[in-house]
Amino acid sequence: MGIVKSYRLRLQRKRWRIRAIRKRRELEPIRNRTRQIKRGDIFLFSTMRNEHVRLPYFLKYYRDLGVNHFFIVDNDSTDGGLEYLSEQPDVSVWHSQNSYKRSRYGVDWLNWLQLRYAHGHWCLTVDPDEFFLFPFCDTRPIRALTDWLDASSIKSFSAMLLDMYPKGRIDAETYLPVQNPMDIACWFDSGNYTIEKNKKLGNLWIQGGPRARVFFPDTPEKAPALNKIPLVKWDRRYTYVSSTHNLLPRGLNLVYDEWGGEKASGVLLHTKFLNTFSEKAQEELERKQHYSASVEYKAYAERLAENPDLWCKWSEKYINWRQLEILGLMSKGNWA
Amino acid sequence: MSVGIIMLVHTALGRAEQVARHWAASDCPVVIHVDKKVDNKTYREFQNAIRDEPLIKFSKRHFCEWGGWGITAATQAAAEELLHSFADVRHVFLASGSCLPLRPVDELKEYLDARPRTDFIESATTSDVPWTVGGLDIERFTLRFPFSWKTQRRMFDKYVAFQRKLGLKRRIPKGLVPHMGSQWWCLTRQTLSAILEDPERPKYDRYFRKVWIPDESYFQTLARQYSANIESRSLTLSKFDFQGKPHIFYDDHLQLLRRSDCFVARKIWPHADRVYETFLTDGAGAMKRAEPNPGKIDRIFAKAVERRTRGRAGLVMHSRFPNEGWENGLTCSAYSVFQGFTELFEDFEPWLAKATGTQVHGHLFSPERAEFSSSQTVINGGLSNAPELRDYNGAAFLTNLIWNTRGERQCFQFGPMDTQKICWKLSNDPNAQISVITGAWAVPLFTANQNFSDLRREAARLQKIENKFLYKLRNPYAKARIRIWTMAEFIESPMEPLQTIIDEIGNAPQRRLSEAPKMADLTGFGQFLQNLKNQGMHPHLMGDFPIHDDPITPVKKQRKPYLVK
Repeated sequence: MGIVKSYRLRLQRKRWRIRAIRKRRELEPIRNRTRQIKRGDIFLFSTMRNEHVRLPYFLKYYRDLGVNHFFIVDNDSTDGGLEYLSEQPDVSVWHSQNSYKRSRYGVDWLNWLQLRYAHGHWCLTVDPDEFFLFPFCDTRPIRALTDWLDASSIKSFSAMLLDMYPKGRIDAETYLPVQNPMDIACWFDSGNYTIEKNKKLGNLWIQGGPRARVFFPDTPEKAPALNKIPLVKWDRRYTYVSSTHNLLPRGLNLVYDEWGGEKASGVLLHTKFLNTFSEKAQEELERKQHYSASVEYKAYAERLAENPDLWCKWSEKYINWRQLEILGLMSKGNWA
Repeated sequence: MSVGIIMLVHTALGRAEQVARHWAASDCPVVIHVDKKVDNKTYREFQNAIRDEPLIKFSKRHFCEWGGWGITAATQAAAEELLHSFADVRHVFLASGSCLPLRPVDELKEYLDARPRTDFIESATTSDVPWTVGGLDIERFTLRFPFSWKTQRRMFDKYVAFQRKLGLKRRIPKGLVPHMGSQWWCLTRQTLSAILEDPERPKYDRYFRKVWIPDESYFQTLARQYSANIESRSLTLSKFDFQGKPHIFYDDHLQLLRRSDCFVARKIWPHADRVYETFLTDGAGAMKRAEPNPGKIDRIFAKAVERRTRGRAGLVMHSRFPNEGWENGLTCSAYSVFQGFTELFEDFEPWLAKATGTQVHGHLFSPERAEFSSSQTVINGGLSNAPELRDYNGAAFLTNLIWNTRGERQCFQFGPMDTQKICWKLSNDPNAQISVITGAWAVPLFTANQNFSDLRREAARLQKIENKFLYKLRNPYAKARIRIWTMAEFIESPMEPLQTIIDEIGNAPQRRLSEAPKMADLTGFGQFLQNLKNQGMHPHLMGDFPIHDDPITPVKKQRKPYLVK
């Protein structure tokens, strides 16, 4: 990489940082419990809107994994989620009425909170419908992973977004609080992903899965990106660029091996497709607060009216991380 | 009191205390060295916590940086302290704070009592060790390393290259033969004191101070000078990964550790509560008295290194995206591509499926849709037959298909009417078995009911495309198993090539083919080709077809019956 290009990326990174600092004014602290945090704590960052029903299981899942503190930005929920969060002992929560889109889909807000609080900590940045899996997650807590990453001098950890869906109509079964969403949406596509490299930032660009298969069969280039780097040993100089798909400095995006080997990696189980989805798609379509003029939601809305069965004969039923590792959707790398 | 323990500690002091007490409880004196990087307050608290145990002492603290002299200096200091304070120690066992004794300490004592003169230290000459990191073996002893490998990596590498270029070399002290091996040893008092009290020691120390990673070579080299009986292996079970850092054991390794029969393992994750609990309660008589047998652990960790360095062949995923040429297998298993066979034979696909027991697809790269076997719209792994999805990344489509159907051989048809983007990948893939009957695309044209001028144009187009494909197959870098016949050549004796292909697929029991697929009726085909020629389009890929003589004359002559009267 030439000096000019590298300098440009540096400027871009600074720009995102300044933008994040400016956007801090849009955040109103509701409960700030950051005085509780200790050295070496593992953090989780998330933005959400009207996800109350998902919250109990979400918090439980990540507490069990070993997350010590939650940083959540609530984008003007109206379903009582904000109140629920502010009662939790390990959650710091901020509120914002401002535009989700103009904060670059929450990235600016979280970049600010990370800049402010996360320096030197391992940070997991996920949406409330994403569940992080890593190798040995059934027998080892997340601290085992971060300790190992520290010992191996690895600063970022990849986890591909794996879309989960139920069999039959998406709205056939109602999701209830505290319920494991993977009990309903337990199916996934195991082998229809395409990968390209983003030359500029060095990250991989992954598309495919049920969304490409059902919603974008004619325009695969519009299918949503599935590559994510949710776990990062944060430094105040870092910024997420576009969602958690890529970061700057670009070295953090090199979460894959280029010489034939496999680096350790995980999966984010994406449980968007529950009964809550159709309602949400409709709302998001009206708010127009999503990526690329909500093209994704337009496509969903069109198909949803017909018969939203994402399931097919070759769908795989989710069992555990070892199954995903055998299918080649994640890897133990040299962690044993 | 036959065994004394030296413990080098830098983090997880609580665990270190637990283990030290465990040793001391079995009458083993312990000298602990705490890295000077640990702040004084923490150090003092740690010291106070163990004050009540007379068998645990502390040695002078040194800064320990990986690869530097500090660790060796710390070991020397602790060893001197141990030999001085506990006169009846016969063996000295070097361990770290994250080492854990897996078998009852008494067993280790017994084991060493039975071998009172043996030094257990892994020690091999530099030319014999494969595990060196960064490709430095003998050069560890002959170059200088003023820069830190961990924090000043670029300078480190540059300075090494610089010295290599100028041919700068340090002289190895006379009489020393460099040896290397695991840092964790168990030496007898005789050997250890001989090393520490050697009148030449200042000279050796001065030399080793500037050797890279002296903790893996100082004692290993000097023990060769004094020991009468070296057993070149470590009593500590310790596995290293490809970067030279030790693998870590967790709670889920418990059974594995139990079955290893090793005396001491490193390194244990400090939060592996169950492992510590199990092995530090002295009722761990579950371990039988046996020679150490780390075979199974070896295999697991060797596999992990293999996965990290070579990966699974034919897998492309978000943490494995090889550069061109580094794929270690473009696809994960063998598959077959047929060009011109469905055109020439009417029932080729079902016939092939029957003869080989493989999954036979139609034209996977047809512009209308991917023709999966038995007209499925989606196939293994959720791969869709939508042409746009497929052509969005044709190579990935093929890699995915082969990966998703691991264990079942795939065959598919290809031809000049299909999208051609995949050609380079096919010809470069050693897993591809490609069989081409050139010119067979003319058969459907021959039977089509179309205007001749359209046919002529189409024939010209297809011939051009097939020619390009053949060019790619014939390039010197092609790695696929490729067979090409002209159509004329093929139909002369179709059974022989078919037999070869099917034998190579090798699924079916080895026997002669009893039935051939049914060939299309080619009566008048020669004339059709001549017509094309007459129109100025020269179809040359079919080979030489006689114009009037219809090519296939498999009509068997009835033999005259013999009549025996």
